[in-house]
Amino acid sequence: MSVVAAPDRDGEAHDRAALALTWATPRGLRGWLSTANHKAVATRYVVSAFVFFALAGVLALIMRLQLAWPESRLIGPDLYNQIFTVHGSTMMFLFAVPVMEAMGIYLVPLMIGTRNVAFPRMNAFGYWTYLIGGGLLWIAFLLNVGPDTGWFSYVPLAGPAYAAGKRVDIWAQMITFTEIAALVAGVEIVVTTLKFRCPGMSLNRIPLLVWAMLVMALMVIFAMPAIMIASTMLAMDRLVDTHFFNPAEGGDVLLWQHLFWFFGHPEVYIIFVPATGFVSSLITAFARRPIFGYPAMVLALISTGFLGFGLWVHHMFATGLPQLGESFFTAASMMIAIPSGIQVFCWLATLRSGRIVVRAPLLFALGFIALFVLGGLTGVMVAAVPFDLQAHDTYFVVAHFHYVLVGGAVFPLLGAILFWLPKMTGRMPSESLGRWSFAVLFVGFNLTFFPMHRLGLAGMPRRVYTYLAQTGWAGGNLLASAGAGVMAVGVLLFAANIAWTPGRGTPAGADPWGADTLEWSVPSPPPAYNFVYLPVVESRTPLWTTPTPAVVTGLRTDVPEVLVTDAIDATPDHRHVLDGPSMWPLLTALASGIGVIVAIFTPWGVTLGAVLLLITLTGWFWPRGVPVSDTARERA
Amino acid sequence: MTRVALTLALTALGGCAGRPAALDPAGPQAARIAGFWSLLLAVSIAVSVVVLAVLLDALARRRGGSLPPPPAVDPRLERRLTFGVAAAVVLTAVLLLFLFVASLRTARALNALGEPDALTVEVTGHQWWWEVEYWDSAPARRVRTANEIHVPVGRPVLVKTRSADVIHSLWAPRLAGKKDLLPQHATSLWMQADRPGMFDGQCAEFCGHQHAHMRLTVVAEAPEAFQTWLAHQRTPAAEPTEPALLHGREVFLAGPCALCHTIAGTTAAARLGPDLTHLASRTTLAAGTLPNDLGALAAWLVDPQSVKPGVHMPPAALPPRDFQALVAYLGSLR
Repeated sequence: MSVVAAPDRDGEAHDRAALALTWATPRGLRGWLSTANHKAVATRYVVSAFVFFALAGVLALIMRLQLAWPESRLIGPDLYNQIFTVHGSTMMFLFAVPVMEAMGIYLVPLMIGTRNVAFPRMNAFGYWTYLIGGGLLWIAFLLNVGPDTGWFSYVPLAGPAYAAGKRVDIWAQMITFTEIAALVAGVEIVVTTLKFRCPGMSLNRIPLLVWAMLVMALMVIFAMPAIMIASTMLAMDRLVDTHFFNPAEGGDVLLWQHLFWFFGHPEVYIIFVPATGFVSSLITAFARRPIFGYPAMVLALISTGFLGFGLWVHHMFATGLPQLGESFFTAASMMIAIPSGIQVFCWLATLRSGRIVVRAPLLFALGFIALFVLGGLTGVMVAAVPFDLQAHDTYFVVAHFHYVLVGGAVFPLLGAILFWLPKMTGRMPSESLGRWSFAVLFVGFNLTFFPMHRLGLAGMPRRVYTYLAQTGWAGGNLLASAGAGVMAVGVLLFAANIAWTPGRGTPAGADPWGADTLEWSVPSPPPAYNFVYLPVVESRTPLWTTPTPAVVTGLRTDVPEVLVTDAIDATPDHRHVLDGPSMWPLLTALASGIGVIVAIFTPWGVTLGAVLLLITLTGWFWPRGVPVSDTARERA
Repeated sequence: MTRVALTLALTALGGCAGRPAALDPAGPQAARIAGFWSLLLAVSIAVSVVVLAVLLDALARRRGGSLPPPPAVDPRLERRLTFGVAAAVVLTAVLLLFLFVASLRTARALNALGEPDALTVEVTGHQWWWEVEYWDSAPARRVRTANEIHVPVGRPVLVKTRSADVIHSLWAPRLAGKKDLLPQHATSLWMQADRPGMFDGQCAEFCGHQHAHMRLTVVAEAPEAFQTWLAHQRTPAAEPTEPALLHGREVFLAGPCALCHTIAGTTAAARLGPDLTHLASRTTLAAGTLPNDLGALAAWLVDPQSVKPGVHMPPAALPPRDFQALVAYLGSLR
């Protein structure tokens, strides 16, 4: 293996053909079900997540229709409670976190110059698990057994005494599925980022988006176990009569809140941090300069990752905690505004000093800055205990977190989709449709959520299926409902653009935006093996500084081999052969799915699942034939 | 400053006339929070105006046409930017520290209301109504009512809160911030009304089907009027004199009503549902859902599920004569 300035042409054509053969996915249904290519799995993930986004969006429209007028009889409390629970659970567990991780799974290997993620089959397993969990929740909802105690499922309301039936169990097991999937993706991204970077991409040259994905993945690994434990304890309280949350038997209802929010608050940053990565990429490309203050941006991301774990109690200020503790969490909650501020100031400095060229994806990033600043400021407001005691659990908070999550994460995500769509499909999306969809979404969003600030201050609590006419909340609610209609039009325009692109868009070429990172050096859409020769990187903006980089030659082309590098300096360490396509991930996901779903009805489900998993995992790890040549494992 | 901020807030929050409840305080607790909020709002408006101005300024320098190759970075410009960003970060930290101190001072002031001889009211949350008990060292002098908290104007009230089932949250925005009612841990809340009036409140923590219709009213009245009210509430229910009312009481005591409700002075002493001893003296029915008149009372009794779907109260399946007598009797419990 060696680094050369430029490979010879005949050899390159030969290697290209050999790689295409080695990395190909089998044809037909079997190939579709067994693929372990990161781009195929990530595309599925993104598409599934957007399907769930659309479904949960329809639920939001139904809620806004119900709330448009006081004392509306359109839907009753039983259905409304299921709708807002499934809306929240879907948006958080089936859309926001998976879509961010999926973008990471697609982009990270391309941006760091490698051929696939670290554990390709585990990656496929994660997707199937996620799909089963999402299907469970939605099929249950359509059968009128959707969970109805909120996405937060507070006990004792969600406990066996007050939530009879299987609704909450379905919620708890949906959590199990999606958290397995989230953890799998988190591990993928951490290992891929730390060990698979191309030579020269030392830690201080990683694109900010990859840093954001790394921080997000580490947060996933630390936050998700809390909710998995909590939801398992809840399921056990309900299924086998344990008393973790039963006050009558020494359990504690506030324990649930601590465990839930120890996950729940980092969750917000798990969604937000990757979005900041998108914004950095978009601003770099369209301000035509490297991001200002790269070290400060990286430190801001990392400190956000740490501070995000120190704020959970600000969801519990009304539960009567000790004053000193409340002050601590107020301080921590306000402190996280500093890293966010650093990021905003650095983006503004980049924009101010660059040569801005406005394209539709950039509009989403600029809209993000405006909305996120508003959401961040209301965040500082609700971090202060005295004001939070008025705003907590009201529509003020609904407004606040939609500004942070839709403004702060969905807008950048939509910008990112438009930005990387040429890479994924090889075709350019429509610029005018992109601009129109941004404008309509931006207006609709503000029309929907800005009036909610006032509704909250006027006394309207969250999670009410209706309200009395004399409350005076009708005007604001009607305005918000009208805004929701406008937002829906914006989403449809955006979807039309996406649907139009693959067939009708103009061919994009490898680098339609003249951007700076490695994914733009490969053809659009990228071949299965990503890079014919892994590049060697010499700066943070490789395509701008060295348009024809030196490359690594000598990796085997007859087996799916990748280069493993040092975690800090990315100096080559050894070669490693990855697993190819397999049916076992799907079968294993089905086995665990059967076990977890049967466990909703009987504890024997755990036994059944264990047996099925034993069988499928044995199949998965059964040694096959001779190991790939020892030379593949020799140190480079 | 406060006035300007409030005016700005109203313009910004748009449309509706009048101040939203939380910013229209009727007592010192809510007033302190409203004052603190105008500070938060003023800072927020200033910050967002500056950020948006910089953003628009940057956008005004945009170029048309194609994407140019990136120019070399100018080190002098970078130094200026570093200075600008560093200044903005320091300013952010200073502002946050300022707001943190203001938050602590407000919290201290909120906790300073307490006094030893305060009126103590115990509020217990139920799915989906509020049990209200006026504490007295002599158990016989305690008063129990529902969905209405009467308080004397100008006197601090200690509201001790707990829940009989799931978590609820007591919130009357014109008087004070909210406090969760937990099934396990006792919590409490200080409030005070500075002027007479009826102040709306509502459960703020999702508590099941009828979370939306778990409302309450805080009635603030002059101290003498409050004492008169309290004294009246201590008396047992008036003995009915008319035959229809007597019949109504029989229906109440012989039927399922008495399994859940109390009427002091009768044998009905169950505590699963609201105390009805002085039902007709209250302003609303079904936890703030219906006005308290005979028509609404009859509608509520005949089919509670159509008023509050999911409510735990069963319908009164009675012959018309019994039903009318029951309504008349309950309507006479002043």
